[in-house]
Amino acid sequence: MKNPDRIGPPPQRDVQPSDQSDAGRASRRVFLASAGAGVVGLVAAGVASAESLADVPPRQLGAPLSARSERSEFVQLGRIPESTPGKRNVDPMDAINSKTPLQDLYGVITPSDLHYERSHSGIPSLDPALHRILLHGMSHKQLVLTVDDLKSMPSVSRIAFLECSGNGWENWKHADPGLTAQDLYGMVSTHEWTGVPLSYLVSLVGKSADSTWMLAEGGDASGMARSIPLTDEILSEAIVAYAQNGEPLRPAHGYPVRLLIPGFEGNMSVKWLRRLKFGDKPFMTRWETARYTSVMPDGRARQFHLRQDVNSLITSPSGMMAIKPGYHRISGLAWSGHGSIVKVEVSVDGGLHWRDAQLNTPVLPKAQARFQADWDWDGTPTKIVSRSTDEKGHVQPTRDALIGALGTNAVFHFNAQQTWSVDAQGAVRNVLA
Amino acid sequence: MRKEPFAMFSRNRCLIALAWLALATSAAVAHDFGRTATAEEIRLWDIDVRPDGAGLPQGSGTVARGRQLFNMTCFACHGENGVGGIRDRLVGGIGSLASENPVRTVGSYWPYATTLFDYIRRAMPYFAPGSLSDDDTYALSAYILALNGIVAADAQLDRTSLLKLKMPNRDGFFTDPEFAALKWPQ
Repeated sequence: MKNPDRIGPPPQRDVQPSDQSDAGRASRRVFLASAGAGVVGLVAAGVASAESLADVPPRQLGAPLSARSERSEFVQLGRIPESTPGKRNVDPMDAINSKTPLQDLYGVITPSDLHYERSHSGIPSLDPALHRILLHGMSHKQLVLTVDDLKSMPSVSRIAFLECSGNGWENWKHADPGLTAQDLYGMVSTHEWTGVPLSYLVSLVGKSADSTWMLAEGGDASGMARSIPLTDEILSEAIVAYAQNGEPLRPAHGYPVRLLIPGFEGNMSVKWLRRLKFGDKPFMTRWETARYTSVMPDGRARQFHLRQDVNSLITSPSGMMAIKPGYHRISGLAWSGHGSIVKVEVSVDGGLHWRDAQLNTPVLPKAQARFQADWDWDGTPTKIVSRSTDEKGHVQPTRDALIGALGTNAVFHFNAQQTWSVDAQGAVRNVLA
Repeated sequence: MRKEPFAMFSRNRCLIALAWLALATSAAVAHDFGRTATAEEIRLWDIDVRPDGAGLPQGSGTVARGRQLFNMTCFACHGENGVGGIRDRLVGGIGSLASENPVRTVGSYWPYATTLFDYIRRAMPYFAPGSLSDDDTYALSAYILALNGIVAADAQLDRTSLLKLKMPNRDGFFTDPEFAALKWPQ
């Protein structure tokens, strides 16, 4: 319901092919916005069946070429700023994150301006000429690097998802039926990231063999800092990144330099990176003690639950869409911090029966995978749900299984199967199971 | 007759050695990134404070001074006495963690007093982080700890006394099994 056009009048049938007036264009925009947003229903179907090719506007000279490609005037895409869970569309000053419109995207690569955003003290504007990265602590050398230094080093590019460990936090205790896929799971995105392998920098400074943890600190106002366990996996996969999707990082995503640790909670991929300090213990920053820890039912808290577990959801049809009986192509996203997705199953009867969805290739490790399946809906109320399996054999849990293991106060690392109900009118809504 | 092949071998070996030398030289050049950080500039940026006390500076502050500072710069976000503000609640909630609605505050949840000092000094106040002196950081830490009943209302906090504190929830955390094998603070 983001687009007010969607509740506008149905397209006018008397718009002439030659009608280039604002009214004519506006009515076409209503039609396309409605179709694109999932309100296909009777309005769009009625127009499509009556439309003659003679009604299609004639070709005309287009707009001049330009320095950047803007989105079509018929496409409305945007994130939704949120403060605490359930407080959305807030004043940007109050927002702590901004969620990706998963239900409006295709494939697996998130457009750069729509990658989800999470920050702890705003978005700093850092001049790369003045930015420095300090590497120190338990290492042979203590070095100051410039951004140009980093760009001169051997680089790697990798497609990987990034996910806030708070993703899905809306559904721990109850399901708000008014939520969309974006509201629920919009804190996961996938990009191609380019930068210097962390292992290269570690060799450069000669990290002590006794150093098993590394403090990564940002140049944002809060000096956001996390302790990174220097496992073989993280040392071989982490990137000190300066580019996203082929362009320099955007400020909201860490310009000019950020850490990127594929498969692990987004908070560890410290943005606006300015310091790496090698140590032999975790540093116990506020973010890894007071914040990104999970309270279990007995009141004890799980700390350093860092990996993003196997996950998936159906993005179409999804929350707040309306469908009609007949053919549908179910589509969604699956991902795992353990590696590649090997299987996604869908159920269109609330989990009683499952069948394999088709996975679009290539399926990359620690990247989102697109799945699809066809479905002939007979119009009776039902529930649709997906569950993913990764290469290490982890299967996405039911909500009951997840709650059984973690309780309902964990806040972080919610990866239960997402169920959407479909009522007799075709309204798709968020439900617990 | 056998001299020629030997000479060839020798020349090849010589070329190989030269190639290695060139590689080693270029590798040395390639690794010559950045510059050595001076001890003085490292001190400017080396702000983290760890549970073993590493990084805790000299200085001290009283609860009274902390109350004064809090009421000037902190209460607008955190509420009077650290409760009821628009941002994180700082006080109370002890005993609530196993309930239906855990209240996570400095008093009920934070495992280390050193983290409180670190966080206040690096990130607060929100609109002017890094502006507090070490003395004032000790004072604010003391006040928030006093509000939680962890230090006395007339306490003064410094490096030694802060390190001696054991937070109420110090033993309330367990490590994810995946990383439990790595080293931990004592």
